[in-house]
Amino acid sequence: MITSLGPRRHISRPPVPVDVAVVGAGPAGLAAAVECARLGARPVVFDENLRPGGQLFKQIHKFFGSKEHKAGTRGFDIGSTLLEDARTAGVDVHLSATVLGVYPERVLSVIECDSHRLYKARCVILATGATENALSFPGWTLPGVMGAGAAQTMINVNRVLPGRRVVMVGTGNVGLIVSYQLLQAGADVACLVEAAPNIGGYGVHAAKVRRAGVPIYLSHSVKEAQGSDEVERVVLIGLSPDWRPVPGTEFRVEADTICLAVGLTPLTELAQILGCEMTYMPSLGGHVPLHDDNMETSVDGVYVAGDIAGVEEASSAMEEGRLAGVSAAESLGLCDEGAAEARRWEIRARLDALRTGPFGGGRRSDRQSLVEKGRRQA
Amino acid sequence: MRIVDHPVLGKEENVPEVTIYFNGRPLAAQEGEPVAAALMAHGIRVFRRTRKRREVRGVFCAIGRCTDCAMTVDGVPGVRTCITPVRDGITVESDAGGEGEHP
Repeated sequence: MITSLGPRRHISRPPVPVDVAVVGAGPAGLAAAVECARLGARPVVFDENLRPGGQLFKQIHKFFGSKEHKAGTRGFDIGSTLLEDARTAGVDVHLSATVLGVYPERVLSVIECDSHRLYKARCVILATGATENALSFPGWTLPGVMGAGAAQTMINVNRVLPGRRVVMVGTGNVGLIVSYQLLQAGADVACLVEAAPNIGGYGVHAAKVRRAGVPIYLSHSVKEAQGSDEVERVVLIGLSPDWRPVPGTEFRVEADTICLAVGLTPLTELAQILGCEMTYMPSLGGHVPLHDDNMETSVDGVYVAGDIAGVEEASSAMEEGRLAGVSAAESLGLCDEGAAEARRWEIRARLDALRTGPFGGGRRSDRQSLVEKGRRQA
Repeated sequence: MRIVDHPVLGKEENVPEVTIYFNGRPLAAQEGEPVAAALMAHGIRVFRRTRKRREVRGVFCAIGRCTDCAMTVDGVPGVRTCITPVRDGITVESDAGGEGEHP
């Protein structure tokens, strides 16, 4: 099961035909596969991880939203339900399967179980997710500096503490939630650091951290991580209103771990290889593929869902997956346009409901302008 | 450091133990966990040194994207240890300066 980056055997086998190839077994990919399987397609889902579920099994907190969006349910329970749905619907999930690239005619190049295989898909749904952003400062490559999501994986999936005392950089929801989860796991959180003059995430998450007595330094950043072979201490510095470090405001914090929660970037390599038209939208995480409101990209038969189409969260990722799943099934002739549109109407209404409020409202208009851009280019 | 008891996840289930060899040193690991997690459970965070500048590297992303944690596993160089499960008896080598080391 070991996947190396070394040389491979020569490709000789002909491509295996599949109805729908889904890349990524996270919330978006699994929801897409379940939706199209229920309409009669036989989807194959590829994921390079050892376990399916994407980031859902790392989410040990209760979700927000309405009842139909499983508010009050913990992420890993949502993940278990989704996996059960996938099993019932007969979805074929290939794990430890890395999709390296895509050839013309939607032929996927996949390394799985240490051998190379090709799959020719009638439809492709890209649900590759996103990757954490890094932040560079002197010492940022020292062991002990890691993504907040990396720490979350270690504590909630592997049940291993990545360090004893943590400085969290960033106070968006990821920074706030992972700080609290580090406390639950038994680590000490020295402080949170935020470059902006205000906390980025929800008040309820910030309140949990503050109630635990953890300080949050606003208008501050990391100047340096110090240590010989690992992080031993962190130097923080105050920032002026125009984001410049203010000399003389430095102070040291004893910590062996720095977690970076400074945003996510959509993983769009496969969309770019497929020739999907891209656009740059900083509010959605960077370069994202243009798509219509059925989640189809500028390339026929290629759909996107979840963070690849703009960074949001798991509930909207699942709804987008369902939209892509219905649309793929429709394009395969498994349901007529009327039935497909009726189903999409329901899903879009739920998506709109998720994209309301002080955070969601902006996302809704961003996503609408992305779809509008796609229309203009079409 | 393992998280034995957790307020949400509960007590750790009984997972069968295996032995892995990190630079020759035998270490207890839990069957199926990623190599990187097994090392971290023993407080090992320095995985390797870069070939040219000899800088230390360890776990950065933990989801197979950044390749910082890549080491030689059972003789195969460049293996992403954060998404590679342990098996009994496998060898994990930092490969400082060795041939085939990840750059």
